[in-house]
Amino acid sequence: MLLIRCPWCGPREEVEFRYGGQAHIAFPADPEALSDAAWGEWLFHRDNPKGAFRERWVHSAGCRRWFNARRDTVTHEIAATYVGTEPGA
Amino acid sequence: MVGAGGHGLATAYYLAKNHGIRDVAVVERGWLGGGNMARNTTIIRSNYLWDASAAIYEHSLKLWETLAEELDYDLLFSQRGVMSLAHSLHDVREGQRRASANRLNGIDALWLDPEACREVCPILNIDPEVRYPVLGATFQPRGGIARHEHVAWGYARAADALGVDLIEGCEVQGIDVTDGRVTGLRTSRGPIRAGKVALVAAGHSSLLAEMAGFTLPITSHPLQALVSELLQPVHPTVVMSNAVHVYVSQAHKGELVMGAGIDSYNSYAQRGSFHVIEHQMAAALELFPIFARAHVLRTWGGIVDTAPDASPIIGVTPVENLFINCGWGTGGFKATPGSGWVMAETVATGRPHELARPFALERFVTGDLVDEHGAAGVAH
Amino acid sequence: MTRARRLPGGGRIDRTRTLGFHFDGAPYAGHPGDTLASALLANGVGIVGRGVYSGRPRGIVAAGVEDPGALVQVELPGGSEPMLRAAAVELFDGLVADGLPGKGRLTIERESARFDKRYRHVDVLVIGGGAAGIAAAEAAARTGARVLLADQDLALGGALLGSEGERIGGAPALEWVAAAEARLRAVPEVTILLRTTAIGLYDHGSAVLVERCTDGVTEARVHHIRAGRIVLATGAIERPIVFSGNDRPGVMLAGAARSYLHRHGVLAGERIVIFTTHDAGLRAARDLEAAGATVVAVADARAGDRVTGTEGDPWLSAVHVNGTAVRADLLLVTGGWNPAVHLWSHPRGTIRFDETIGAFVPDVPNGPYAAAGAAAGTFDLAGCLAGGAAAGAAAAGLAGFGDGQAPPVPAVEAPAVGPLGRLWLVEPEPGDDGTAHIVDLEREATLADIRSALGAGLASIEHVKRYTTIGTASDQGKTSGIVTSAIAAALLGQEVGAVGVPTFRAPYVPVSFAALGGRERGPLFDPVRTTPIHAREVAAGALFENVGQWKRAWFYPRPGESMEAAVLRECAAVRTGVGIFDGSTLGKIDLQGPDAGILLDRVYTNTFSTLAVGSCRYGLMTKADGMVFDDGVTSRIADDRWLMTTTTGNAAAVLDHLEEWLQTEWPELRVRATSVTEEWAVVALVGPRSRELLRRLAPGIEVSNDAFPFMTWRDAEVAGLPARVFRISFSGELAYEVNVAGWHGAALWDAAMSAGADLGITPYGTETMHVLRAEKGYPIIGQETDGSVSPDDLGLGRMASRKKWCIGSRSWHRPDLLRADRKQLVSLLPEDPELVLPEGAQIVAAPDLAPPMPMIGHVTSSYRSAALGRSFALALVRGGRARIGETVWLPLPDRTVAATVGSSVLFDPEGTRRDG
Repeated sequence: MLLIRCPWCGPREEVEFRYGGQAHIAFPADPEALSDAAWGEWLFHRDNPKGAFRERWVHSAGCRRWFNARRDTVTHEIAATYVGTEPGA
Repeated sequence: MVGAGGHGLATAYYLAKNHGIRDVAVVERGWLGGGNMARNTTIIRSNYLWDASAAIYEHSLKLWETLAEELDYDLLFSQRGVMSLAHSLHDVREGQRRASANRLNGIDALWLDPEACREVCPILNIDPEVRYPVLGATFQPRGGIARHEHVAWGYARAADALGVDLIEGCEVQGIDVTDGRVTGLRTSRGPIRAGKVALVAAGHSSLLAEMAGFTLPITSHPLQALVSELLQPVHPTVVMSNAVHVYVSQAHKGELVMGAGIDSYNSYAQRGSFHVIEHQMAAALELFPIFARAHVLRTWGGIVDTAPDASPIIGVTPVENLFINCGWGTGGFKATPGSGWVMAETVATGRPHELARPFALERFVTGDLVDEHGAAGVAH
Repeated sequence: MTRARRLPGGGRIDRTRTLGFHFDGAPYAGHPGDTLASALLANGVGIVGRGVYSGRPRGIVAAGVEDPGALVQVELPGGSEPMLRAAAVELFDGLVADGLPGKGRLTIERESARFDKRYRHVDVLVIGGGAAGIAAAEAAARTGARVLLADQDLALGGALLGSEGERIGGAPALEWVAAAEARLRAVPEVTILLRTTAIGLYDHGSAVLVERCTDGVTEARVHHIRAGRIVLATGAIERPIVFSGNDRPGVMLAGAARSYLHRHGVLAGERIVIFTTHDAGLRAARDLEAAGATVVAVADARAGDRVTGTEGDPWLSAVHVNGTAVRADLLLVTGGWNPAVHLWSHPRGTIRFDETIGAFVPDVPNGPYAAAGAAAGTFDLAGCLAGGAAAGAAAAGLAGFGDGQAPPVPAVEAPAVGPLGRLWLVEPEPGDDGTAHIVDLEREATLADIRSALGAGLASIEHVKRYTTIGTASDQGKTSGIVTSAIAAALLGQEVGAVGVPTFRAPYVPVSFAALGGRERGPLFDPVRTTPIHAREVAAGALFENVGQWKRAWFYPRPGESMEAAVLRECAAVRTGVGIFDGSTLGKIDLQGPDAGILLDRVYTNTFSTLAVGSCRYGLMTKADGMVFDDGVTSRIADDRWLMTTTTGNAAAVLDHLEEWLQTEWPELRVRATSVTEEWAVVALVGPRSRELLRRLAPGIEVSNDAFPFMTWRDAEVAGLPARVFRISFSGELAYEVNVAGWHGAALWDAAMSAGADLGITPYGTETMHVLRAEKGYPIIGQETDGSVSPDDLGLGRMASRKKWCIGSRSWHRPDLLRADRKQLVSLLPEDPELVLPEGAQIVAAPDLAPPMPMIGHVTSSYRSAALGRSFALALVRGGRARIGETVWLPLPDRTVAATVGSSVLFDPEGTRRDG
């Protein structure tokens, strides 16, 4: 079970969180301007790296706030949790 | 062929057998059949809702029915039936919808009321007073289980006999693409030139696609399963319950084999979180009070590649002569023969097999998804 | 026959008390401190079970959870527990057990024992309470860290419990253990859990422990530990040597025999042969000799001695040493020790093969843990103490306590480990096929099986495991696994380290489903949610359906009334008089902030920002894929305040959806979303006489259609209660939804029932609600939709504003969503007006097709209608709106029936009834 550091509440058990997939995927500024292929890409294609991954979590059984994490998908080590842009990144 | 799992081995076998293409190498990073083929709970059925799914899984089930004979290998294929329980009026409606669709597709499908469920599986708790009582079930009598390693070994032996090369401990490190066309692989054991390359490596599909320069709508997650110790036979069929997240059978030797829910996060670690297993146990005891003193003997995890619509991706890719077969999520084992069959034709002809066509990558552009998630949520 | 017996003195058992027990039907006695295995040996019972396939007798091989031989089924109140190890079952008075043939029985009808779970947070978790673990715990405890020391045994001491002669700090080792335990127990921040086995190590310092409780209330307790650091002082497991006939009862691990002697006062045999690779094996034989046995032969593998076979039926009668038969009744075997690296490996810490001890040892951890003592490959007592103290201090330091420096440890007097020989296998004689070389006693897998696997071309140790099944039995290969690797390595001509071992899997020992299920069973499996009016519904005779966690009143049958009759009666009452319905489960979200209108415009397909204060509007919500996700009525309470309602099942998901978009995409929007579902009780008054009823209940408000028009709301006093009344309708009838504070819900219900008595007020449930809305063609999200249905498919595409975008709008003009043959919501009128089509039935375009037949849709909802005087259905049909008036067919299991496609709105299409 992961131990996840909520930026507001501190380290909490994984069961308090809900996963949100890849982080830093912005909603297109003008979806109507996108081709079907580009829209499909935005809808469905996400990075799926083996190793460092920037992802989203929400502290759903706590403060209910979303934040980002950089986690290794092989070791599960969480290098950082942060709000907005990763500090120093 | 990249990946010597069940699907890769089956594809290689059918390439050689059905299409006479025997200059085939199957490269495998680890050991043959060592990925999800070694880790699944071996459930076989074809009673999917949508026509496209039903067609490919039923094709697969028909192949299963003669596979042991064809491969001359005892696969311990046992058609003991697969029961999918309904615990709410919504489940009942969706179950009956699926059973109706199956029947019209020519697939054996029954709707059982709770008493009939109990007749098929006497240890099932149908007490109406439990938290989520059993309100009925769909039942596919031709469904069942098989011994997963034997399937891998059977295909491997048969493919080998037809001249296919099986190369273990050979990790693909790069895919050579020239002018939009694949020309070969770079591996940990040296380069391999190839006219055609098929990526059939569940758990690592995204990474291989990236090597070839395109992306997939796939995320990889842990899926855990467990077995008990050997027990005298008590459970004669396969029972699945989506609402309470249980699927369980009793293998030939006597161990209970159970699958857990998928872990939420992306991972390549082949292990998940223990709370998923614990929840599984509580749910199992709701349905099968007799399991109380069975023991969890061993838990393990695999990596499942999941697509947004819980259906596979089979067919051509943006790279010429490079083919993909992935995204089977939690339910790929049952598809092994059918997947290999349609993939072999796809690779041999360069055009998607008729049964593979609905599962093209293109559907994520057009929106023509095969949404088994939304439809019945029955992925296993 | 075994000559095992209890000695007149010695052992760490309480001889002042006697515990009676039954095994295979015969009565015996033992003492506190016994395991079932030691008590059986004490009573001269050597054969406990049988081989799973061969049926050959099986004896006790080891003295702990690693024993591959003696499996038992233990009786419990109301049933029994299968596949327990006699060597790991603590004896209790009244224990009833029988030996198993390698396979257990499930007998429990309904579990009655209690199992608990507990969550603990500590700075340092020490797993294993032997010398190293105690030293680690003491070193960590002195820093002020919160320390948890857990051991699977009933006492601290580890290997020292089964030993004799070692001295620590000038005193017998167990006196030092007792003193250390007393010191630890005196520290408030230290917890010691005995009879507690760590079954798994997980990410980020997470461990799962299972405690066998002795309080008579809880049988077992699962501890979820979150630790800053973990010290694995899990010891080592003695390993056997594989030779021909090694499964004969009377063959026992040397350390186990020594443990039975020193710990339980049991001498396991009279005439002893020792087959060893190290000095500790010789010491074990000498200890048994000192207790009265005779060592008839010493086979020291380091000197080239070999045990080549055994005789005896069923019990050992002779051992072949270097080809010569020696009469004996006990063969002690030891091939050294394997550090217990199981937990280390669970989170994928790596291990390496250490040539000096000939075993796998911890290498690189994946997480905040370290190993000490025998688990780290340190087999001498002084080294265990020093290693434990160092690991404990380091763990505390890394957890933020102390300087990380190990405290001094007491002096140790103990025999040296001496040179470790290495022998895994006595090669079969020429002509011996290796089928009597049993590698895995529980699975009965042999040297021949390993040869066969390799001969078939399988090279990976994982393949060997699966082909031979070695290591997959309930002992999890604790004694057989690494021997297998070594044998395979020799056959493959590789190093053991290169061959490796199969992945160690949790749990370390088998754990019952019931223990892991804990109390999350029966009503506690999932919370039950009930509305404030629930008790009134129960009193009125309602039956309930589960909708998510909610219990919703389904229908209210009168005595003897069928469901169909009840629903027809309820429907008629609503259409002709007044019905009352509990709508409290609907999701309610309070939206506040000046930008709430913008948010609503983005999440709903239609426009909300222009809605006037005091008004309500129906909205359809899609996700980014353009498919219908939820629907409901949202009302503008003030300029910057709105009340959104959602479907019952989606309440949490919709709030999550709003929060996700607000927080991650549009943090600039000034909106706060708060669930108020349970703050409000909702009573719907529905039907042509509802206005009269509301007039009586709320004399303070003007209820005429002009003063209180459709799709508006009013604050009012209803039945003397502060209320908010919405004039909205999900049935097509004149209707009012009265919202009061949750705790006033029952009072409002009572008042309405009483005030409406002479109007024939009729409570109705979800089934009638579904029929009424279906007559009007209103979809239920999740029934008419399944995640693949767009707004246009429902015929609600026209609702979508063309002037703005919403989250899913781009998806609506993907090619597949523009196809003319998409499935669209229509009604079906069966040719036979008495026939209620089965929900879920598939639809085809011709009456006489054979499977596989092309399906053009399915029935989503189907009912008998009181208002229409016939059956009807809603369905999703390909190109359905263009088929209105056409006939379609439904092949049911027993016959094919016809139905006519119609508009989805069958009742009051002009909407004349909503204003009363």
